[in-house]
Amino acid sequence: MTLSVLAVDDSRTMRDMIKIALTQAGFTSTLAEDGEHGLEVLDDMTPPDVIITDINMPKLDGFGFIDAVRAQEKHRGIPILVLTTESADTLKARARKAGATGWIVKPFDPAKLVRALKMVAG
Amino acid sequence: MSEIENMKDAGNVELLSFRISDQEYSVDIMSVREIRSWTKATPLPHSPTYVKGVINLRGTVLPIIDLSARLGLEKEEQSERDVIIVVQLMGQTVGLLVDAVIDILAVPQSEMQSPPEIGNDAGPSFVSALTLVDGRMIRLLDLQAVMPSIEAQVA
Amino acid sequence: MTSPDPMAEIKASFFIECEELLESLQDGLEALSNGETDSETINVVFRAVHSIKGGAGAFGLDQLVEFAHTYETVLDSIRSGDLAVDPNIMRVLFQAGDILSDLVRLSRDGEVIEPSLTQDTYKALQDIVGETSDGDSGADDDIDFQPMGLALDLDFADDAKSVFTVMFKPSSELFESGNEPLHLLKALSELGEATVACDTKELPVVDELDFETGYLQWTIRLETEADKSAIEEVFEFVDGLCQLTITEGEDLPATDLPEIEEDETPEPQAVTPVAAVATSAQQATAPAPGQPTAAPRATVRVDLERVDRLVNLVGELVINQAMLSQSISAIGVQPSSEVSSGLEEFMRLTRDIQDSVMMIRAQPIKSLFQRMSRIVREASADVGKTVRFVTEGEGTEIDKTVIERLSDPLTHMIRNAVDHGLEKGDARRANGKPEEGIVKLSAAHRSGRVVIEISDDGAGINRPRVHQIAVEKGLIAPDTQLTDTEIDNLLFAPGFSTASEISNLSGRGVGMDVVRSAIQALGGRISISSTPGAGTSFTISLPLTLAVLDGMVVHVAGEAMVVPLNSIAETLALTTKELEQLGSNKFLVRIRDQFVPLLDLGVELGYRAPLDRYEGAVVLLISQEDGSRAALVVDSIQDQRQVVIKGLEESYGRVPGVAAATILGDGQIALILDPTDIITNASGRVSSDDTLFDLAG
Repeated sequence: MTLSVLAVDDSRTMRDMIKIALTQAGFTSTLAEDGEHGLEVLDDMTPPDVIITDINMPKLDGFGFIDAVRAQEKHRGIPILVLTTESADTLKARARKAGATGWIVKPFDPAKLVRALKMVAG
Repeated sequence: MSEIENMKDAGNVELLSFRISDQEYSVDIMSVREIRSWTKATPLPHSPTYVKGVINLRGTVLPIIDLSARLGLEKEEQSERDVIIVVQLMGQTVGLLVDAVIDILAVPQSEMQSPPEIGNDAGPSFVSALTLVDGRMIRLLDLQAVMPSIEAQVA
Repeated sequence: MTSPDPMAEIKASFFIECEELLESLQDGLEALSNGETDSETINVVFRAVHSIKGGAGAFGLDQLVEFAHTYETVLDSIRSGDLAVDPNIMRVLFQAGDILSDLVRLSRDGEVIEPSLTQDTYKALQDIVGETSDGDSGADDDIDFQPMGLALDLDFADDAKSVFTVMFKPSSELFESGNEPLHLLKALSELGEATVACDTKELPVVDELDFETGYLQWTIRLETEADKSAIEEVFEFVDGLCQLTITEGEDLPATDLPEIEEDETPEPQAVTPVAAVATSAQQATAPAPGQPTAAPRATVRVDLERVDRLVNLVGELVINQAMLSQSISAIGVQPSSEVSSGLEEFMRLTRDIQDSVMMIRAQPIKSLFQRMSRIVREASADVGKTVRFVTEGEGTEIDKTVIERLSDPLTHMIRNAVDHGLEKGDARRANGKPEEGIVKLSAAHRSGRVVIEISDDGAGINRPRVHQIAVEKGLIAPDTQLTDTEIDNLLFAPGFSTASEISNLSGRGVGMDVVRSAIQALGGRISISSTPGAGTSFTISLPLTLAVLDGMVVHVAGEAMVVPLNSIAETLALTTKELEQLGSNKFLVRIRDQFVPLLDLGVELGYRAPLDRYEGAVVLLISQEDGSRAALVVDSIQDQRQVVIKGLEESYGRVPGVAAATILGDGQIALILDPTDIITNASGRVSSDDTLFDLAG
């Protein structure tokens, strides 16, 4: 089984790591470097199975990005995982409020990332 | 390290032999990059007499060593028939100016002899081994000794 | 061939990213200290530290993580408005930035980080947060940040299988959040042997069916080696969005789950739960390794070697094009013909390509200036002087290699400026100057070169003292009469040091002579000027790139050679009245009542004997940045052109008087001369007993 994943993070290192983790799991990855870019990329691609997004980003942050994605009819159902360094308690409420499906605590364990993706997208 | 030690296990050594004045020299063919006809070299100021200058080798600057001058042999006038053998040793590439290329020889390793010690030879010996082919004595050039030393020239 | 370790590559790229982040951190801090306390500025600073922490955590760089975390905590307090920036806090922030960059560097090089490095700053940061931390929770939220290695830790400790019974009843909110029970069940079944039973008794008749509402509930028997927490992890995202019980053992509790207090009307804009499944089916193709992914905007990272290869190829193109135009003009093609105009267009394009390729190697000098800003902070703290560091033109672009190789010489000069250039505070006050000294670093493009200026508003060069030291060190005879410029230039003499007391900044084993050779090695020149009481300034002039040069092609003793255009003040044909003889074989050229030594290039290069007479000879008047001049005799001048620089040192070694080589239109190699070297060599030879100018090197 393969998943197509859009990953949005302003840190190149984080993007690289996500890409490696996804590639090793046999998933395809598309990368974007901030919320605005994420929306552009999303517009140009076959809707991905899952979106992973950072919260703290220039131009358009993760919350704004999720809002914008959820506002589009064709992207409304895509599961979105937020990447964050915050601890679970504050995070859960904020991520839920923002419309995220789940969350990954940075720095992430690749195996856990893959498990999380499977949990939200099969 | 001499050429012989390099080739200890190789069985046959392939040599490119060439003529300087009336002597026959050779280099290991593995160190030869190409052979070119003579083109005018741009002289370098304040360089040793055996450095003919530099030529354009496909966009890189190639220093030319006049082997007859380097070996202290008599040399007739520069002629159009002269040949440049481009050799590479430890990353350094130079052109060796010789009178003519003679042959490519396969010489059994066992037939390479160390040159005998001759008297009190002051200068560096540029010959690392000798061998006989069809009755001709072929001198194996010690490339390391022939190369101009870059370090020595950096002030 | 083994493929390179991807982790090592990511780690390398992390450290490159760190450089960029540290640069934006510096920028942000500068902006903050200039009173720009808007939220975006603070955010930039925060993000930089935050991203470094995030990446560092992934590689298990614990000390870096720990420090970044404390730093971030302070920045977070500023961001949330709990903490106002004052000069003292600003100072700590700068200092923490410096330490952070040290930690990054040490981590990159795999060196041991001594706790003493971070200790003071660490404490200073903690003190700041301590002041505001009462009742503050925001900053402490992620204090439990646990660095976690990227390596996958598989826990095989417990092989024994156990049986769990999971009951799961999703609520409507679960669907709205984008979660899908089927995926969760599948993830659960990957933990072991799962038997899933679906209880549909609440399911309404089909025409009332609404997927978003939780009518379904599942009971799963799971035989697994995993423990309970692994099962809980599967349901982590839906915690609170479903009813869930996980019990160990076979025995099923009562089949009915407690009722959910659920308002039965789901939100009308609810998502379609099949969307994700559908798209995943469409895309169910195996990913090829290295499948293209959308590249981040605006930049690509390219191996420098590839760029250099391109630079070389374009250099070849330029040479080839020159050779082509030469042969075309040789066969006598009309200038108005189509071939000629086509060739002109070709030349223009070649130039454009060359310029563009050179631009790839260029980058703003800013990173270097930022490093110097730190040097000023450290040096001024070391010697107890208050110094304001002013920069100008930090957007000036210059070749990457040049930037890298300027770092050491500039560091030395900046330290010098702080240490020796500026007076102590009380001395400045006594001279009616503000106590705060100024060190200024500027960069600008000026007529095809980059000019960098390092100046201070200190006391200026103490010329009598310099003269005295030069005498003491045997550099000049005690009775030597020197102009101010000549005295100033003594600073560049090998082994010269003006520090009468060795401070902890100087005495690091480098003198201005080393600085000068470093600049010269880059094809640059350095000059000095000083005004007593008002300060000293050093001017470095560098080529824009190391690859091309504007030169004048001249002929000497039958050889074509190139003289860098920027060293030539003017060209002239000598007349009798300009030529003066000095002694038996020395000549001077009189230019506007100044006497300039005449040097015959053919003789200087050892190509030929001196000419019998120099009347009518063509000379290039060379003007050096240090003010010394000479007239170089050539046989003829051919033209001016841009030439591609080919290194000579790599293939042969250094040749006195020669800077490099190039290939001319006829395919021949021409030497690019180094007029300064020729002049200093000649001066050294002419006045061999006067070692003053014998600074060649």
